[in-house]
Amino acid sequence: MRLPCPICGERDRREFYYKGAAEAADRPAPEADEAVWDEFLHLRDNPAGVTRDLWYHEAGCCSWIVVTRNTITHEVLDAALVEDQP
Amino acid sequence: MGFSGFRVLKEGLTGNSGWTPQWRDPAPKDEYDIVIIGGGGHGLSAAYYLAREHGLTNVAVLEKGYLGGGNIGRNTTIVRANYFLEGNSQFYSYSMKLWEGLELELNYNVMHSQRGQISLFHSDGQRDVFVRRGNMMRSQGDDAVLLDREGVRKLLPYLDYDNTRFPIYGALYHPRGGTARHDAVAWGYARGADQRGVDLIQNCEVTGIDVANGAVTGVQTTRGAICAKKVGIVVAGRTSQVAAMAGLRLPIESHILQAFVTEGLKPCIDHVISYGMGHFYISQSDKGGLVFGGDLDMYASYAQRGNLPMVEHVMEAGMTLMPMIGKAKVLRSWGGIMDMTPDGSPIIDKTGIDGLYLDCGWCYGGFKAVPASGFSFAHLIATDRPFEAATGFRLDRFRDGYGLMDEEGTGAQHNLH
Amino acid sequence: MRIADRGLIDRSRSVPFTFDGTRYSGFAGDTLASALLANGVQVVARSFKYHRPRGVYSAGSEEPNALVTVGVGGRQEPNIRATTQELYEGLEARSQNRWPSLGFDLLSVNDLAVPFLGAGFYYKTFMWPRAFWEKLYEPAIRRAAGLGALSQEHNTDIYEKAFAFCDVLVIGAGPTGLMAALTAARAGADVILADEDASMGGRLLGETEEVDGQPGHVWAADVVAELAAMPNVRLMSRTTVTGSYDHGTYGAVERVGHHRRRRPGLPLECFWRIVAKRTVLAAGALERPVAFRNNDRPGIMAAGAVRAYANRWGVSPGRAVTVFATNDSGHRTARDLMDAGVHIAAVIDSRHDAPDLPGVQLIKGGQVCDSQGRRGLESITVRRPSGEERIQTDCLAVAGGWNPSVHLTCHMGGRPVWRDDLLAFVPVEGAVAGLQAAGACNGAFSTAACLREGQSAGRDAAEALGYRGADAPLPEAEDDPYRTDRLWSVAGKGRAWLDFQNDVTVKDVKLAATENFRSVEHMKRYTTQGMAPDQGKNSNMSALAVLADATGREIPETGTTTFRPPFVPVSVAAMGAGGQGTGFAPERLTTSDVVSRDMGAPMIEAGLWYRPSFFPRKGEKTWRQSCDREVAMVRETVGVSDVSTLGKIDLQGPDVGAFLDFVYANRFSTVKPGRVRYGLMLREDGHVMDDGTTARLGEDHWLMTTTTAAAGEVVRHLEFVHQCHCPDMDMRFISVTEQWAQFAVAGPKSRDLLNGVLDVPLVAEDWPFMTCGPVSVMGVAGRLFRISFSGEHAYEIAVPARYGESLFKLLVEEAEAMGGGPYGMEALNVLRLEKGLITHAEIHGRVTAYDIGMQRMVSQAKDCIGKTMSERPGLMDRHRARLVGLKPVGAVKMITAGAHLYDKDADPVRLNHQGYVTSNCFSPTLDSVIALAFLHRGPERMGEVIRTVDHVRGIETSCEVVDPVFFDPEGGRARG
Repeated sequence: MRLPCPICGERDRREFYYKGAAEAADRPAPEADEAVWDEFLHLRDNPAGVTRDLWYHEAGCCSWIVVTRNTITHEVLDAALVEDQP
Repeated sequence: MGFSGFRVLKEGLTGNSGWTPQWRDPAPKDEYDIVIIGGGGHGLSAAYYLAREHGLTNVAVLEKGYLGGGNIGRNTTIVRANYFLEGNSQFYSYSMKLWEGLELELNYNVMHSQRGQISLFHSDGQRDVFVRRGNMMRSQGDDAVLLDREGVRKLLPYLDYDNTRFPIYGALYHPRGGTARHDAVAWGYARGADQRGVDLIQNCEVTGIDVANGAVTGVQTTRGAICAKKVGIVVAGRTSQVAAMAGLRLPIESHILQAFVTEGLKPCIDHVISYGMGHFYISQSDKGGLVFGGDLDMYASYAQRGNLPMVEHVMEAGMTLMPMIGKAKVLRSWGGIMDMTPDGSPIIDKTGIDGLYLDCGWCYGGFKAVPASGFSFAHLIATDRPFEAATGFRLDRFRDGYGLMDEEGTGAQHNLH
Repeated sequence: MRIADRGLIDRSRSVPFTFDGTRYSGFAGDTLASALLANGVQVVARSFKYHRPRGVYSAGSEEPNALVTVGVGGRQEPNIRATTQELYEGLEARSQNRWPSLGFDLLSVNDLAVPFLGAGFYYKTFMWPRAFWEKLYEPAIRRAAGLGALSQEHNTDIYEKAFAFCDVLVIGAGPTGLMAALTAARAGADVILADEDASMGGRLLGETEEVDGQPGHVWAADVVAELAAMPNVRLMSRTTVTGSYDHGTYGAVERVGHHRRRRPGLPLECFWRIVAKRTVLAAGALERPVAFRNNDRPGIMAAGAVRAYANRWGVSPGRAVTVFATNDSGHRTARDLMDAGVHIAAVIDSRHDAPDLPGVQLIKGGQVCDSQGRRGLESITVRRPSGEERIQTDCLAVAGGWNPSVHLTCHMGGRPVWRDDLLAFVPVEGAVAGLQAAGACNGAFSTAACLREGQSAGRDAAEALGYRGADAPLPEAEDDPYRTDRLWSVAGKGRAWLDFQNDVTVKDVKLAATENFRSVEHMKRYTTQGMAPDQGKNSNMSALAVLADATGREIPETGTTTFRPPFVPVSVAAMGAGGQGTGFAPERLTTSDVVSRDMGAPMIEAGLWYRPSFFPRKGEKTWRQSCDREVAMVRETVGVSDVSTLGKIDLQGPDVGAFLDFVYANRFSTVKPGRVRYGLMLREDGHVMDDGTTARLGEDHWLMTTTTAAAGEVVRHLEFVHQCHCPDMDMRFISVTEQWAQFAVAGPKSRDLLNGVLDVPLVAEDWPFMTCGPVSVMGVAGRLFRISFSGEHAYEIAVPARYGESLFKLLVEEAEAMGGGPYGMEALNVLRLEKGLITHAEIHGRVTAYDIGMQRMVSQAKDCIGKTMSERPGLMDRHRARLVGLKPVGAVKMITAGAHLYDKDADPVRLNHQGYVTSNCFSPTLDSVIALAFLHRGPERMGEVIRTVDHVRGIETSCEVVDPVFFDPEGGRARG
C-alpha cells in the first residue's frame, strides 16, 4: 500500500500512522452539547466507498494528511495537508 | 434423523444414500414475527436461541450471500474466556459455558477443543496486568494459572528462551481456552434453527428497513418486501450501512484483520499461544495447518484483504517467539472486516426505534462470543430486556461514559485498538 | 527412464542424491521429480486422508502429490515440491505422511474405511462422550492428519527481505513475458522480469515447437541474453511473485539457496516487496486433470508435464505411455514421446471429431473410466461406444484442458469471468490497478498469440509511462486454435478424485450438494476441496463443474471460490525475515549502557530501551538486597540514575504557552522562565494519556518530558493537535530524546555532588524546587532541572548525548566517593511508590484525572484536550475505582500487584469486586510492604480495613486503606 504524501511524494504505508475519519480534526467548541461531542468522538458514517481519513507521516515529514480514499478498492483519490484544508 | 457415529456407520454400509439437506432453502414469506438480518455466526445463533429458549419460530434469517460467509468463516477459531473488565468478563464466561455443551446441544461436532490457551508476558509490569486478569477469571469461577518461565518451558519447549528480543517471563494459562471448527459452528446453529422452523434465506440482501411512527415494520430485500414486528441487525462488516437504512449512525469504524494458515504439518503446537510483545497468536488446526493472526491493518476498509506490512509484522513476531515455525509455509492469507467500536467491546442493545435491535461491534473477538451473543440477542429481542451477562454492552456508554470496557487500555476512542 | 538425446540437462555432470535413504543419481539440470522418474521411482508420497500411494503429477509449483521433506534439525523443511526442487549433489529427500514407510503405511487402512469417511463425516460423530474429544478422538485425528513435519528446532538458516522498484514488472518469463519484457525494455522502461523457474523460457523449455525458426528454448535463451545485457532490466529467476497488493506493490519470494548445498552467510530465501508502476501478468496456464475412477494412481500425470519431462529433462515417466485427452495437448504429448522413441500404447480422445494422429492407436470419443495397479499404474480401462477394454500402461498422460493462472488478478477482490469457448475462467480487466494480463493466463493459448499479447502488453505498459520505442518484430510461432471437450469427470462408480492432495472425490462434492452445501464456498469448506497445499490449482475448476452439474446450475452462476495470496506457499521465515532473535524490534541503548553492564547491572527491557535493573555489589545475593541498599542510599546520601529514556520534546515559539495550556489539563502559560511544572495530559476521550514535567527554558523555549513508554505517542499527539486544531499557533517542536543524555542525581547530598562537577557551584537560593537553567559541566553546556521522582532533594542534569557516558561515569564516581552510587529501575520504582507517584501501572489508559486524585488539575478556567469528555457523568462517578495506598495490617504481610480488593468479610467473587492493586513493593524506608491500588470510592474509605485476594498466586491479605503518599507527605525533603 502506497500513499502520496503531499510533501514527500509516494511512500509505503508503513511510514504512516492512521487516525481514522477526518472529522476527528473538526473539534467542537468545548461548550457544545454532549450529543455534538458524542458525534465528534464516537459516531461515524464509516462509508463503504469514498471516505476522507487522517494519516500522519510519522517516519517522514511528520505531516498530518487528509487522504480521500475508497474503502472498498483502496484507491487513493487525493491527499492534502490538514493545514491546507479550508 | 440425528447425527451419530452409529448413523455414519449405517449410512456407510448403505451407500451413503440416506443423507438429507442439513437445512432447507425456503422462499421468504411475506411476514414474520422476527427478522434477523445477517446469517453469520451471531445471527444463526440468535435465531437458534429464539426458537430454542423462547419458542419463537416464525423467524427468518436473511443472508445476502451464503450462510456463515462472513467473519465466522474467516477467523483464527480461538475460544477463550479471559477478559478482565466488568461487563466483558461475565459475558465471555457465560459463552464458555455454552461452548462446553455445544456439540450435544446442537448434535453437531463443532470440534470444540479445550487444548489450553497461553498468554505470554515479557516484563514484570505485564505480569501484574495478567495477574489482575487471572484474578478476574478466577473470581467468577473460570480457570487461570500463573506460569513462570520454567512453567512455560515445560508446556512449550520449542519457544526461543535464549535469543529473543523480549524474553519470556511467564504466562497466564487458561486451560479451558482452545479452538473450535469455525464453519461447523455456523452450520450447527443453522441446522438447529432450521430444524426448529426458522427460515434461513440465502442470497437475500436487505436493501431497506421500514420504520413507521418510530417503530420498525419490516424490511425491503432483493427478494421482495418482508413485514416483521421485530428486526435484529447482526451484520458484522456491514453494520454501519444496514443501520443507516434505519437512519442510525453508530460508533463503529470498519477495519481489516488478516489471518494466515500454513500447509498441513504433523502435530507440533498443542495449545493456543499468544505473544505479549507484538500481535501474534497461533494454534494448529486438526488438519495440521498452523493458524495464526495479528493486529488490524489499521485503516478503515471493507476489502476483506490486507497488505504486507501487517503480514510481515506477524511473521516477524512468529520468528522471534518460535523460530521453529520458520520452515512452515503460509498457504493462504485472508482478511475479515471488523466492526471496531471506540472501546474495543461490543454492543447488544435496542436502538431507539421500537422493535429494532442491534448486535454489533465485536471488533476482532467475535468468534468466541457466538453462543452467548446469539443467546443474549435472542433474549433481548424476545423480552425487550438485556440478558444479565450482557447488560454491559450498551450503545450509549460512549456518550455517558458509564461502563466503558477498554480491555487494552489504549483509549475509548477510534483507531486505538 | 531416461531417453537418449533429449533434454536440456547436462549429461556430463552426474549428481548423486538420496530419497528415503536410497542412493540415486541424476544430472545437472534435473529436478528431484525428473531424477526420481528417471530412476523409475513411481511412488513418492501418500495422500492426506486415505494415505493412498501418490506419484509425481505435474512439472511445476502446482504439484499436488510429490511433496517431500529435505534436511534435518534446524534446516528440516517439509512439503517441498519435488517438481521444483533442483537437484544438487548431496540432496537428501524423504517422503512424508507415512508410517512406518512409504511402501507400507499403516494408515492406508483408512482407504478401507472409505464408506464411513465421506465429506464432513467428522461433523456427525465423535460427540459422545464429551471428554473423549480432547483425550481420544482429536489426538488421533491430528496424528493422522498433516503432511510433513517440522523438526521443532529453531530455524538455523538465513532469510532476508528487500524492496525493489521498477517501471514495469513482468511476472512470468514464458513467451508472453519474454516478449513483454523485451518490448518494454527496448522502449527504455526500467523492467523487472520475474520467473519461478531456474531457467527462463516457461513452457518453451518443455516443448519441441519452434519460434522464429529455431527451437523455442533457443529463442528464449537469446531473448534472455539480450535482456541480461540491458542496464534497465533486472532478471529475477527462481522468484515467484506471490501476491498483489495495493498501489502496485507485489510480494515475491526468491529461492536463493535451495538449489545447492548451504553456503555460509548466504540467505536461503529472500522475500521481495516489488513496487511497480505497471505490471504485465504472464503467468501462463495450468493443465487440469479429468476425474475418473482411481485417477490418483502413481503414473497418471498431466499430459503437458509428461512431455516436459521428455523434452526438457530427457525422461519418460513410463515405458508404455497412454494419453487421455479432451484437446490437442494430448496429441502433442503423444507425438513428442513417439519422436523420442517412447512407446505410445494408445491415445484416448473424448472428442468424436478429434484430429487424426498417425502412428498410434487413437480412440476417438473414448474415455478412461478406471485404472488398475498395485502401487503404481499397470493398466487403464477405456470406455467407448462399443464397450470397455483394458490397456496395459504404466503412465497415463491426461490432458483435460487449460486453466489460465488468474490468481494474482484475484488477490484484490477481482472475480474472473467465464469464457465458454475456452471452458475456463479468464481475468477480468482492471481487477488489479496497473496490471494487464497477457498470454495464456489471459486465455491466449497458442504461442503466436502469447507473443502477440506479450508484445502489446509490454508496449502498453511502457507507453503509459511515456516510453516509446520501435517494437521488436513479432517472431513466427505456432498459432493452432484451442478447442477442448466439455469433460470434467467420467461417469461411473467408485472414487474419482478431484483434489488429489486432500482426497476429495466427485462423490464428496455430490454429497455436499445433497446436504445443501450448494454454495461453492459451502462445498469447499464442507469437503475441504481446494484447501490443500495446491489451493485447488489442479482441482477447483473440475470440482466447480461437478457442483454446477449436481445442483443443476451453469458454471458462471455457481461462481468460484476466492484465490488469495500467496500464489505458492511462502515460508514464515522468509516473510518474517529479520524477526528471529533480537531483530524483531529496534534496541535502544542509553549512553550509560556499556558502563552499567560493566558494573554488572542486569539490563531489562523498558519499551524499546534497555535500562539497568539494579547495580549489584559484592556480597549481595538477591535483587532485593541491592534494591534496598540503593533506596537507602538515595534517602540517606545520593544516587545517580540514567533517565534519558524519558521522552524529551523541545518546543519553541511565542505560542508554546498557549499550546501547552491546550494539550495539558493544567495551565502552563503562567510558568515563568526558569521554572518547571508537572503536567497531566489527557486524551480527547477524557482519560489520562501521560504525565511529566515541562520546563520553560526561556521566554519562547520550552522542554517537555514524557514517560518512556508514551514518548512517540505524545509527539504524534502534539503534531495532531497543532496541525489539526491550532495550526495558526506560532511555534515548532521536535523530539530531542536521543540528543540529550539526562541523569537524575537524588538524595540529601545531591547538591554537594553536583557542585563537584559543575563549573560554577549552585547557589541554594537560585535553585528552589521546580526550577531549571543552563549549567556548565567541565566546559560542556548542559541543563539542570531541580525536579524529583524520588521525593528527595534531587536534580536532573542533561548534556548533549555524546558526553553522556563520561558524565555518568563521573557522577557515579563522585557519588561513590560520598557513600552513594548508581541506582536502577527497581530502586527507582520503590522510591516513587513510597511517594505515591504514578507510572503507567496506574495511568494504564482507563483512568481519569478524577481516579488518580488529580481532578483539580483539570483547569476549569480554560479548554484543553479531553476536558469536555472527562466531564461525562460516568467518568466522574464517585463509585469509580480511585487511587489509594494500601498497607498490610494482618498476619500476612504481602500485597501483590494484580490482586483484587474485597470488603473485609465479603466472598472473593466477581460480584463483590472492589478494585485491584496496581503496584507493590517492600519499602525499606518504612520497613513495610506498600501498594497502590484502585478502590471503589477509594478516597472516601481511608482507614478502612479491606482484603486483597490474589487468586492465582494464592495470597490473601488484610490491608488498611491509606493515603497513597506513604513517605514525607508534606514534601519537605524534595523542597528542602
